[in-house]
Amino acid sequence: MGRAKIPRKSTNIDMTAMCDVAFLLLSFFILATKQKPPEAVTVQAPTSVQSKAAPEKSILVTLTKEGKCFLMLGDDTKKKEILKNINDTRGLGLSDAELAKWSKMPFIGAPLGQIKGILGLSQAVPADKLEGIPIKDSANNELVDWVRSITNAYAGGSQKDLEETILIKGDMDAKYPEFKNIKFALKKNDIYKFRIVTNSETIPPGSELYNKPKDQKTNF
Amino acid sequence: MAEMDTSSGGGHKKGPGVKKPKKLSTRVDLTPMVDLGFLLITFFVFTTTMSKPTVMKMNEPKDEKDPKTQMLVKESAVMTLLLGKEDKIYYYYGTLKAETASEQFKTSDFKAIRQLILDKKRAVPDGDKLKSDLMYIIKADKESKFKNIIDILDEMSINAVPPGHYAEVDMTDTEAGLIKMTETANGIK
Repeated sequence: MGRAKIPRKSTNIDMTAMCDVAFLLLSFFILATKQKPPEAVTVQAPTSVQSKAAPEKSILVTLTKEGKCFLMLGDDTKKKEILKNINDTRGLGLSDAELAKWSKMPFIGAPLGQIKGILGLSQAVPADKLEGIPIKDSANNELVDWVRSITNAYAGGSQKDLEETILIKGDMDAKYPEFKNIKFALKKNDIYKFRIVTNSETIPPGSELYNKPKDQKTNF
Repeated sequence: MAEMDTSSGGGHKKGPGVKKPKKLSTRVDLTPMVDLGFLLITFFVFTTTMSKPTVMKMNEPKDEKDPKTQMLVKESAVMTLLLGKEDKIYYYYGTLKAETASEQFKTSDFKAIRQLILDKKRAVPDGDKLKSDLMYIIKADKESKFKNIIDILDEMSINAVPPGHYAEVDMTDTEAGLIKMTETANGIK
């Protein structure tokens, strides 16, 4: 009985091509991905249908779930000015070395009274251990002082630029009164227009906004 | 590709005493490298946040203390939206009158509110003088979340309510009391 002989084929496959593809994809993803900017604390921003992208350099007011307020001053040169300004106006009595150290900190999240103590520590305090900037009520709202120093540092520039720089990022589950206190701090310093960071969401089909011509959609 | 041609030796003389060097295969098994490549890809894909943050513009009115300069709105064209606990919305049309408060004051949620906003917008006739009087007043309770206020402002843009026709106002005690009552009645803690 003659059996048909099946020729034995090697099971080795040349992996070179697959390797090429894998690394090509890898390099694409690395290059196409933008590094996330460092954040003081992670908050889950609410969603909105707005499609305007958030600006890069900004002053970010973050409101966490627990109602703590953190401030991040984007621009380095302006940051020094702002810190110096608040040091002078609130009489914190910080030396130049302390101010320099302060300006290296990525975010501010402590009452002004505690700043000197925090700067004296050798190690940075993690964000969850900090109290946040006091915004509890309108009488004891240190954010008002901060915003005043920010407006002083940006004085001379156009008001529109300043309005576009200030961003508020709040957690979905943050309570309304804290947000109201942040708004109070801005309004107190004659800033009536500001921006809120949101995650994008698709416009529901069939809604009035959906049916609008494309160029009018971003007017709100 | 990954192989090199090693067969063509240089111009070596082949004599009887010269030993032929053993030919080693230059083939490298690339499978682990492929594995590593794909592993890294998966890592990058999962850690990347695809959604870019967007910004929402907010225009706040100046606080008017003087009642003479305060803007007055027509009662028939006003809808008041109150944001409560647990993503609930309470609403009423016109002004809240003490005797009919229980009838005026209605409960809704974020799913149903879109249609209600739209209905109110359509109820005010187009081209009429009243259209410019259309006003939505948003009041947030101290128990409502940041998400709620963003969502309701978002509903305004979804329904294409022109800017200036909706505003955020502080809640009155009567309204806060009514919300509290409705919440207790509905078993919301």
